[in-house]
Amino acid sequence: MTDALLSARGLTLRFGAVPALVDVDLDIWPGEVVAIVGESGSGKTTLLRVLSGLQQAQAGSVRYRGAEVSAMGEAALRRLMRTEWGFVHQNPRDGLRMGVSAGGNIGERLMAKGARHYGNIRAEAEAWLRRVEIEPARIDGLPRTFSGGMQQRLQIARTLVTHPRLVFMDEPTGGLDVSVQARLLDLIRGLVSELGLAVLLVTHDIAAARLLAHRILVMRRGEVVEQGLTDRVLDDPQHAYTQLLVSSVLAA
Amino acid sequence: MSAGTGYNFAYLDESTKRMIRRALLKAVAIPGHQVPFGSREMPLPYGWGTGGIQVTAAILGPRDVLKVIDQGADDTTNAVSIRRFFGRVAGVATTERTEQATVIQTRHRIPEAPLQEGQTLVYQVPIPEPLGRLEPRIAETRRLHALADYGLMHVKLYEDIAHHGAIAKAYDYPVMVNGRYLMSPSPIPAFDNPKMHRMPALQLFGAGREKRIYAVPPYTDVRSLDFEDHPFRPIRAPHACALCGSDVSYLDEVVTDDRGGRMFVCSDTDYCTTRQGARDAAE
Repeated sequence: MTDALLSARGLTLRFGAVPALVDVDLDIWPGEVVAIVGESGSGKTTLLRVLSGLQQAQAGSVRYRGAEVSAMGEAALRRLMRTEWGFVHQNPRDGLRMGVSAGGNIGERLMAKGARHYGNIRAEAEAWLRRVEIEPARIDGLPRTFSGGMQQRLQIARTLVTHPRLVFMDEPTGGLDVSVQARLLDLIRGLVSELGLAVLLVTHDIAAARLLAHRILVMRRGEVVEQGLTDRVLDDPQHAYTQLLVSSVLAA
Repeated sequence: MSAGTGYNFAYLDESTKRMIRRALLKAVAIPGHQVPFGSREMPLPYGWGTGGIQVTAAILGPRDVLKVIDQGADDTTNAVSIRRFFGRVAGVATTERTEQATVIQTRHRIPEAPLQEGQTLVYQVPIPEPLGRLEPRIAETRRLHALADYGLMHVKLYEDIAHHGAIAKAYDYPVMVNGRYLMSPSPIPAFDNPKMHRMPALQLFGAGREKRIYAVPPYTDVRSLDFEDHPFRPIRAPHACALCGSDVSYLDEVVTDDRGGRMFVCSDTDYCTTRQGARDAAE
């Protein structure tokens, strides 16, 4: 078996009396999509922040390709963030530069990596707009003139343009209406398999998790109460909380 | 104490000068890096050269010869006032000739005559932070400098080309110093940017209101940012000077009447008068 891309051991973090993470272990292998599900306040987003180095855990370790993330300097972490990692925020406003055109948004990571040929950057941006189903003619349009779904797709294009190995997604379909969600999920699924990305997906949407994820972790009050292959966990939930979660999904 | 004025030599007290010199030494040691300093109130308003005048006061010695230019000209209000100020409080010799000066304080131009070793060029800087318009948080811009994370500046240049077809920055054109720090060259025209590259003279930058000092030591690489397929182009009005006939110097457009009359003349008055003198002598 190859080594895990990202592996966490014994992560623990408390906010005062509130346990946010309790002894969490997690491994992500290359090309694997792992979903973290759970209700609001269960520690999903905190786990994502700790894994991506945005926040320090009080105990435990996170290793990315063998290197301890918390021991990396800020410079190394930023370099990872703009080359090998990507972060898709729930609100596209957090991930996009709203005052910069769509092309500039996609080109930013390329330029941060050292691309200095305007024509090539623009061609790449156009190709990516096409890939995420945005009219290439809108390359010079500002994100604020885009619809919510388009903004989210633009954020995905901007994140994936440098071909990261590992992408953190925090509720990527939150706040979108159902038909747009479905198209976005379809798009993400296509891109993930095409590019062989490893994805850590945080969501409270069980359906999205089933569609995208290979493995699922169920979190409750900072603890991973159950984990396993997506279909196994969702079709045959063992833990009482998972059973509750699965039975709470509304069928259309 | 300079004779009869009641001021310490070159106006500032010695401990202030020492503080500024320390900032200058640090700035020279880290080319292009902005060093904070305790900017003092000076007897002129912010925006008129309070940073430049403090740097000049800190480096001026009794044997220095001072030249002050404003937009290239020796005879504008600001240049005349600052030159007279140091003539009075430091008793130093002043000149309008670029070759004779040891210290040149400047606003918005680099003289046309090539500067030599031993000369020092002091820039008055209104806005030292090149990333300021792109990233409003000062703490964040400092972090970006520390990590040499300058993708943002290229995003701005990309946007310029996307919207205007060219990099729409004719002055204060951002430069990379010594391959490490992004620097605002103060609002000199982009035309002057190539002169900063490997200049034999020492270049010091003072921003009084923003309380920053930075420097480019002699013979340091200074590159204007650009794209491979949109290379940096120094911009110059496509005319010859109406007074001296120069077709290589940087020109000012001067309106001469209210019926649309205008002429282009050298912005560097010393360069222009020298050339006129040489032409008259030849005739």
